[in-house]
Amino acid sequence: MTATAATALRTRHLLSIDDINEAEIALVLDTAVAMKEVGARSIKKVPALRGRTVVNLFFEPSTRTRLSFELAEKRLSADTMGMTTAGSSVVKGETLIDTAKTLEAMSPDMIVVRHASSGAAHLLSRVCRSSIINAGDGTHEHPTQALLDAFTIRERKGRLAGLRVAIVGDLLHSRVLRSNALLLTKMGASVVACGPATLIPLGLDRLGVTSTTSMDEACEGADVVMMLRVQHERMHGLFLPSVREYFTLFGLNAERLKRAKTDAIVMHPGPMNRGVEIASDVADGSQSVILDQVANGVAVRMAVLYLLAGESKENE
Amino acid sequence: MPVVMDADRVAKSLTRIAHEIIEHNRGIDDIRLVGIRTRGVPIARRLAAALKDITGADVPTGALDITLYRDDLMRQSVGPQPVVRSTEIPFDLEGKHVLLVDDVLYTGRTIRAALDALIDFGRPKTIQLVVLVDRGHRELPIRADYVGKNVPTSLRESVQVHLAEIDGRDEVEVQS
Repeated sequence: MTATAATALRTRHLLSIDDINEAEIALVLDTAVAMKEVGARSIKKVPALRGRTVVNLFFEPSTRTRLSFELAEKRLSADTMGMTTAGSSVVKGETLIDTAKTLEAMSPDMIVVRHASSGAAHLLSRVCRSSIINAGDGTHEHPTQALLDAFTIRERKGRLAGLRVAIVGDLLHSRVLRSNALLLTKMGASVVACGPATLIPLGLDRLGVTSTTSMDEACEGADVVMMLRVQHERMHGLFLPSVREYFTLFGLNAERLKRAKTDAIVMHPGPMNRGVEIASDVADGSQSVILDQVANGVAVRMAVLYLLAGESKENE
Repeated sequence: MPVVMDADRVAKSLTRIAHEIIEHNRGIDDIRLVGIRTRGVPIARRLAAALKDITGADVPTGALDITLYRDDLMRQSVGPQPVVRSTEIPFDLEGKHVLLVDDVLYTGRTIRAALDALIDFGRPKTIQLVVLVDRGHRELPIRADYVGKNVPTSLRESVQVHLAEIDGRDEVEVQS
């Protein structure tokens, strides 16, 4: 896929897909292939990160990402600590930096952070000694999601370059879109983003993405149709007239999927709103790889944790 | 750079080892071959071919990457992580005689890691070690059951195994 193969990551944090180049992305995906095999064994555990400590700092609700990271850490034999905002000192008014510094006093090697504010992971990377992994920051980025999506696409299609990927939904609030657009265009795929006009952010073209408000146009000839979740929690601003209208115009149903290539795959980062952005028969259909994405998430996160653990703190 | 084994010597050694394996295990019914990446894998495949020539039976052969079991990973290492490649052991090891295959036996640390990895796959009846070259200087109490050639070396020297499948030719040389 690349001219010169990378053998290591140059970064010690994974904050954005911009932190890694084409060769490094290929290294993560290749390493994830080996990690996936570990998950297929009867003893699904290797000692690679024995004695390392990872803190999972989740300031926003998350089930699959948090569990996926936890399982990845455990399969690599790292010691893990989890913190969610409910029942923590955050509700007592502690700032993000103070929370992180307090946890750092227990000398973790890595901190996985999910936060509702864009840039939270960057902020921590400037004040913490540990490696920071961004598990989703506001509407900015979710790099491990993009990596697991790329892994899933590559597993099914054998490549990323030259593919046409349609990403449909709430483009304005989607960190999944941003990370995927950066990664996929870097790897030579073309990305068309589709959503209601009220939810198309300015400057999408600067990500190398074309945008449209026609779902039929977006699906036409697509190799991959990636649906984004309608984020009810971010819908205070009356962006959508009604759920029914949304499903009629932007929902993925079997009829619309026929416009894509016959071997096109259907993806969704989860959690799904059935009947809002995706019809149930499509979500459970033969072209759906939604559960593969979940399974691959663990392998990809193992790869990221393993590769980031290589950098020594003494280098800083 | 003195050549200590040429292509003919490599081939003859592997044929001899195949005979020794059959003799020692009284047949090959429960034998499984596992090569350690990188160069143990083609050697394991050649042994499987040699065993088939002699007995007519196929011996299941797999590949093991020991990177995630290395004892230097758990240290706070300076520098990048070694590249992980995939392990392919598409058969059950439970109750089998597993022949672990590598190109060079040196400190024994790779074999130590491989033993840990293998035992995570099941509980073999025995694990036996096959190496093309034993160059000495063990740091752990590990020995080979089948050796292509013992090559006494100094610590300053290095042993390079070249195999046709990877390097285009069969040759073992000692470099100082």
